[in-house]
Amino acid sequence: MSGTLHVINAGPALSLQDRGRTGYLAKGLTRGGAVDQLALCEGAALLGQSPDCAAIEMMGMGGTFEADADTVIALTGAEMTATLDGAPLIWNASHALPAGAKLVIGGVRSGTYGYLHVAGGVDTALEMGARSAHLTAGIGAVLTAGDALPIPSAAARSGQHLTPDDRLSGGVIRMIPSFQSELFSPETRARFRTTQFRRDPRANRQGVRLDMPGEGFVAEGGLSIVSEIITTGDIQITGDGAPYVLMCESQTTGGYPRIGTVIPADLPKVAQAPAGVELCFELISLDAAIAIETRARAEVKALPSRIAPLVRDPHDIADLLGYQLVSGAVSATADPFATKGEQP
Amino acid sequence: MSGTPTIARVGLTGLLVSFGDIMSEPANRAALAFRAAVEAEGWPEVSETMMTLVSVFVAVDLVTVPAEAVEERLRALLAEEDWFAAPLPAGRTLWHVPTVYGTDLAPQLEEAAGIAGLDPDEAIRQLSTARMRVLTLGFAPGQPYLGELPAVWDIPRQQGLTKSVPAGALVVAIRQLIIFTGPTPTGWRHVGQTAFRNFNQRAKMPFALSPGDELIFPAIERAAFDRLTATESYGAADREAIA
Repeated sequence: MSGTLHVINAGPALSLQDRGRTGYLAKGLTRGGAVDQLALCEGAALLGQSPDCAAIEMMGMGGTFEADADTVIALTGAEMTATLDGAPLIWNASHALPAGAKLVIGGVRSGTYGYLHVAGGVDTALEMGARSAHLTAGIGAVLTAGDALPIPSAAARSGQHLTPDDRLSGGVIRMIPSFQSELFSPETRARFRTTQFRRDPRANRQGVRLDMPGEGFVAEGGLSIVSEIITTGDIQITGDGAPYVLMCESQTTGGYPRIGTVIPADLPKVAQAPAGVELCFELISLDAAIAIETRARAEVKALPSRIAPLVRDPHDIADLLGYQLVSGAVSATADPFATKGEQP
Repeated sequence: MSGTPTIARVGLTGLLVSFGDIMSEPANRAALAFRAAVEAEGWPEVSETMMTLVSVFVAVDLVTVPAEAVEERLRALLAEEDWFAAPLPAGRTLWHVPTVYGTDLAPQLEEAAGIAGLDPDEAIRQLSTARMRVLTLGFAPGQPYLGELPAVWDIPRQQGLTKSVPAGALVVAIRQLIIFTGPTPTGWRHVGQTAFRNFNQRAKMPFALSPGDELIFPAIERAAFDRLTATESYGAADREAIA
């Protein structure tokens, strides 16, 4: 039976996301979709469904949810506190969500964007070929308390787990040259690659600003270059010399020069880096980038083979005392030779 | 006027064919014609194309398709003709967009006219009769950059930003006009107001305009404008096919 997932409380930046919309670049609309596309694929693998399914993206803070029909959920991306009727839930896993149970997803513990998936995917009407909200373009909107999301009747196994590769704490980001890299002098480019950046708090689905010690980076052509195409991952140097990594909801074109482009496999790492975390850039060749991307795509395809049944940590079982944990054990004070029914 | 087009790789996502490094009418026409030619080729590995002011982006998955192969085909197509002299492609639309000039709806008409060295009546005459072409769409969904106005309109953007101009605003700078998709802070001067909507996600045709379409902004009275509604046929704009 299909049902409804009710949003009872919502953090400030919840939105429905899928793989986004392609084919509209010429009309001035970027792809959008989930900022961490890998998390979308992980949720799909956990629930045994297509990565085209729409999920709820939660930046920094989750919300409270209740379904009016039994379903199965998966939690991926940034790790957030989560409870089901008060019992803690493990992240990167699938769980049964019975009708009427209260799912509470709180603040982020690690990373920036968490994802809540439901079996079969959230089933809102397609708009221009996708269900995702494109917030800068005004397609769809953030989710708020009172929203009711249709969910299909779909089978999925709960109690499945996946251990993702760490991408929640910044580190080295690999980039390839942009067609505008040479607008920057070799010295400027070299300094860029040896600079330790920190993710600025100013970051959203459009772009992630980076802070650095020392002076900004300046292109030799100044700011008078003709507006040219932007691709996701472009590292744009704005007027004040600070870099912005442009994300899935960027503009389609821009007049600020790009010093390089983050490879697709490292974009989730940029998206998930919490404010203040250190990031630095390593320049790699196009051939190396192609090899990495080929491998990354194969790994995404192989995600279902990495799903394993959840082995629960007793610490995470709220009703631990309700379990018969000591069946078959003997008492240290009991007389092992006493016949049944006799007390020592 | 011509130059040598260049081809560059755009990360792993495609190739960029550029017809210049500054905005010029011939480079924009070349990009418009060349993009239509690439589309007409229907190459299976090309997932989409777009044009910026002077370039054509050809989206190809360079992870699975060798860039050299696509580059070779693009060079062969470039060599087929002088794209700077190519005629404008077929299938374009001419739009007539009723516009109120000046009044409280578009308060910077007189200021812009003054900078262009025109009296307001002459400014309105020029703006309302100029046939403008969509040079490119961008910044916001479906938002057109329109060129080119007579040379007197080569006026700079203002220093400070206007906090917000409404959707449908007609603004001017550097011999170009823009119709804003949504409320936008801007350095361009607000000279006219239309009821035109560039983008309506729920419409059958969510984007009204395509690069290469042409627009005329005939002047209407404030009272007539007030009778228009944004929901009606793209702000009561008439359209006709360009033969």
